[in-house]
Amino acid sequence: MIEVELRVNGTAHRVELDPRVSLLDALREQLGLTGTKKGCNQGACGACTVLVDGDRIAACLALAVQYGGREITTIEGVAHPLQRAFVRTDGLQCGYCTPGQICSALGMLAEADAGMPSAVTEHLAEPRVTLSSAEVRERMSGNLCRCGAYNGITDAIREVAGARPGVSS
Amino acid sequence: MTQAPERVSPPVEPPVVDSGPVVGRPVDRVDGTAKTSGQARYSAEFPYPDITHAALVHADVARGRITTIDSADAEAVDGVLAVITHRNAPKMAEAPKVSLLDLSTMAAGTRVNYLNTDEVHWNGQPVAVVVAETLDAAHAAARLVRVQYEALPAVTDFAAAQGDTKPAKGGMMGAGEAKKGDAEAALATAPVSVDATYTTPPQNHNAIEPHATTAFWDGDELTVHDATQSIDWVRKHLAIRFKVPAAGIRVVATYVGGGFGGKGSVWAGTLLAVLAARVTKRPVRMALTREAVFRTVGGRAPTVQRVALGAGHDGLLTALVHTGVSAVGRTGGNAEPVGSQSQHLYAARSVLIQHRTTELDMLPNTFMRAPGEAVGSFALESAVDELAVELAIDPVELRTRNEPERSPTDGKRFSRQNLARVYADGAERFGWAARDPKPRSMRDGRRLLGWGVATAFHMPIQLPADVSVRLSADGTVLVRSSFHEIGVGAATAQAQITADALGVPLDAVTVEHGDSDQPPAPMAGGSGQTASLAAAVLQACDRIKREALALAGKAPGSPLHGLRPADLRATGGGLFRADVPAGAEHAGETYADILARAGRDHLEARTGSDNRFRSAVGQARFMAGFLNDRRKWVRAAIGAHFCEVAVDEDTGEVRVTRWVGVFDVGRVVNAKTAASQLRGGVVMGIGAALGEETLLDPRTGRIMNPGLGEYHLPVHADVPRIDVSYLDEPDPTAPLGILGIGEVSIVGVAAAVANAVHHATGVRVRDLPVTLDRLL
Repeated sequence: MIEVELRVNGTAHRVELDPRVSLLDALREQLGLTGTKKGCNQGACGACTVLVDGDRIAACLALAVQYGGREITTIEGVAHPLQRAFVRTDGLQCGYCTPGQICSALGMLAEADAGMPSAVTEHLAEPRVTLSSAEVRERMSGNLCRCGAYNGITDAIREVAGARPGVSS
Repeated sequence: MTQAPERVSPPVEPPVVDSGPVVGRPVDRVDGTAKTSGQARYSAEFPYPDITHAALVHADVARGRITTIDSADAEAVDGVLAVITHRNAPKMAEAPKVSLLDLSTMAAGTRVNYLNTDEVHWNGQPVAVVVAETLDAAHAAARLVRVQYEALPAVTDFAAAQGDTKPAKGGMMGAGEAKKGDAEAALATAPVSVDATYTTPPQNHNAIEPHATTAFWDGDELTVHDATQSIDWVRKHLAIRFKVPAAGIRVVATYVGGGFGGKGSVWAGTLLAVLAARVTKRPVRMALTREAVFRTVGGRAPTVQRVALGAGHDGLLTALVHTGVSAVGRTGGNAEPVGSQSQHLYAARSVLIQHRTTELDMLPNTFMRAPGEAVGSFALESAVDELAVELAIDPVELRTRNEPERSPTDGKRFSRQNLARVYADGAERFGWAARDPKPRSMRDGRRLLGWGVATAFHMPIQLPADVSVRLSADGTVLVRSSFHEIGVGAATAQAQITADALGVPLDAVTVEHGDSDQPPAPMAGGSGQTASLAAAVLQACDRIKREALALAGKAPGSPLHGLRPADLRATGGGLFRADVPAGAEHAGETYADILARAGRDHLEARTGSDNRFRSAVGQARFMAGFLNDRRKWVRAAIGAHFCEVAVDEDTGEVRVTRWVGVFDVGRVVNAKTAASQLRGGVVMGIGAALGEETLLDPRTGRIMNPGLGEYHLPVHADVPRIDVSYLDEPDPTAPLGILGIGEVSIVGVAAAVANAVHHATGVRVRDLPVTLDRLL
């Protein structure tokens, strides 16, 4: 067992961890933060997406012991207009992929702000990414939604992206 | 006793309750905040101080007997509490025989009595369960259980088994035969005909929440948090299998992370979590891995279908043949009723519909969103498109020309007949008139463009539902029923229906669901949950209004004194005379005033019964009414799909670029959630059209792609803007005019895509999915 300080949503937790434990399982089983979901445990569905120092990662592919001291944000620590937008645009049905979609979208917006291009970005030299529908869909394609709420999710993200200074939609 | 049978076959007349101020509106879902904040708890997420974790060991032969099990290494793993196999498992009773008098008898996904037998019936059948203090210990130990088998010959190759088929059993949920005239003879002499074979692969539901069960025994009392679409079935089934009273079993499924039919039956994970909890006397959590879901929960069966159409040069059908063979398991499963829509959609002068099955040593299939129609429509609607090409008639025109007045095979009446209308609306929205019918005639740069259409058709079911409605003196309302929120916005819809039925504001209504402590609701399936519940909710609200009126009627000072129910409308939080304008003096009074005067703190009505005998009689009566009703009416939700694809000429890659769907689904309760659900069906259909296929190794019967990395669901980038609309007219034969929308929109999607691909490329693909290798 390895003792680690996990900093989650601004709170430090000292936990004893089996080195095999994924960050996802540590959050869900040890800290009781079940808002982060397990859909495939293989990095294929995005339901377990959390933010680490602002970057989005698949928590099922991360070993918890490697994340000591990092700032981890889960859906329980998110209070953002995007959540309201998801409800308004009905960017969810069963809700199981939703926390991952929201965390992923927040990480994605930060990537766009930083000028990171995607596979569909036409002008790589542009300092600012225009978050067209195609850009949002490309950048969110690591987050599966079996209910098929994709249109609403894209709408919610673009609505919030458009409302922020510095990013045009 | 449920009164619902009386609602099943009313005369054709306008619905009793007009849509009020809330029904039909695009209301935000009531659980949206819980789901976007991570507060909504799913079945693997209920904390128990003493929780243990279970993992499955799967058989890796398709058929055989277990000869030895060596669990010593697994038992030696730190934290392992038990390795349960057929050698040490407690006895479970066999699954009950299926009876229409008790639909819960259909709950078993398979007839296998897990860990009570040394027999193996498919590659993936659970043969051991490991229970440990931690998740990692359970899964690590499960890998150390060594099982040896005496392998027996197994039939696992669906394509090779086509020579050994038998007729499918008919029945209410089954796939019957239909016949009118001599279709084969008419086909042989038809001036124009098409006759082709279509295939569809096995598919899996792949709800993003894997099946999970948390089980806890307290003596003979059992609490189960289960990812299920059938709370009442789970409860009754567990009572039989574990020989305890159903009354002592509580099943909780407040939120379910998607179902699509995959959580409709009781599968191994649920049974074995309960079994493991009995063995260990600890709470057990069995959260299936994605691979375990693929290997222990049935999916959609593969099919081989023949559709043959004969027509005159005028396009009128003289013959329609639709036959299908689908796979079932040796230990369960049902025929895919691929011809179900073909019995009703076209006014063919002769018709032949037949279903056959072939038994495989495989995990039994189960219902998956629109069983039958979802894949049957691929064959039928592709064939209609092929006929349109042969006839040089526009495919929309060909369909509307063949719209029947009455159901062709049985003469039943349609409760609604709007196919031509939804096609006209869709054509307008899509811009269909600009289509050049010639294949390869439209382009977008390097990409070939194609436009395709297909018809959606689905007959929603109705089942008995119990609800309780409590109206409190403060004007708030509590609705309780153990129905399922699998993503459809079920609580939101019932809150809207209740608000209008009682004439109270939406935010005065609270809905509790997903717990067998509440009055029993039907399974969430067959697109029937909303309408089934609506019938019960309306009835309960009606009783409350009558009771309120009776209380007021006794009081000489009440403005309602001497009035009858027909004189009143429920509005403004009370009962008011219908013949005077709202807000007039002495036009009525609020429930709060009525209850205060009568000294009552609430009124409550419950439809249904706790009494097992009366409940059984009620269910039998309901089913009799339902079947009688089905003999008279074809009550179907329908739609017209229009799609555009762009096909890369060099790589064969198909992208769906545009979608218009126009539907007739009766009354829509919530414009927002209904549109989402209709879009969701289209998305799942796009998956079936272009990517989804469960790949089986025919030598071993093992699934080769049991994961979301290899089983290709549609992702954000695959889904364009989906323009959905609907007529929003109540069906006169359904509760509140609601038909049910969960399944109709997947029907026809794959055909619309394949038809568009043909238009784009000139290549007719008759085998799903339309992968790029089929276009090169």
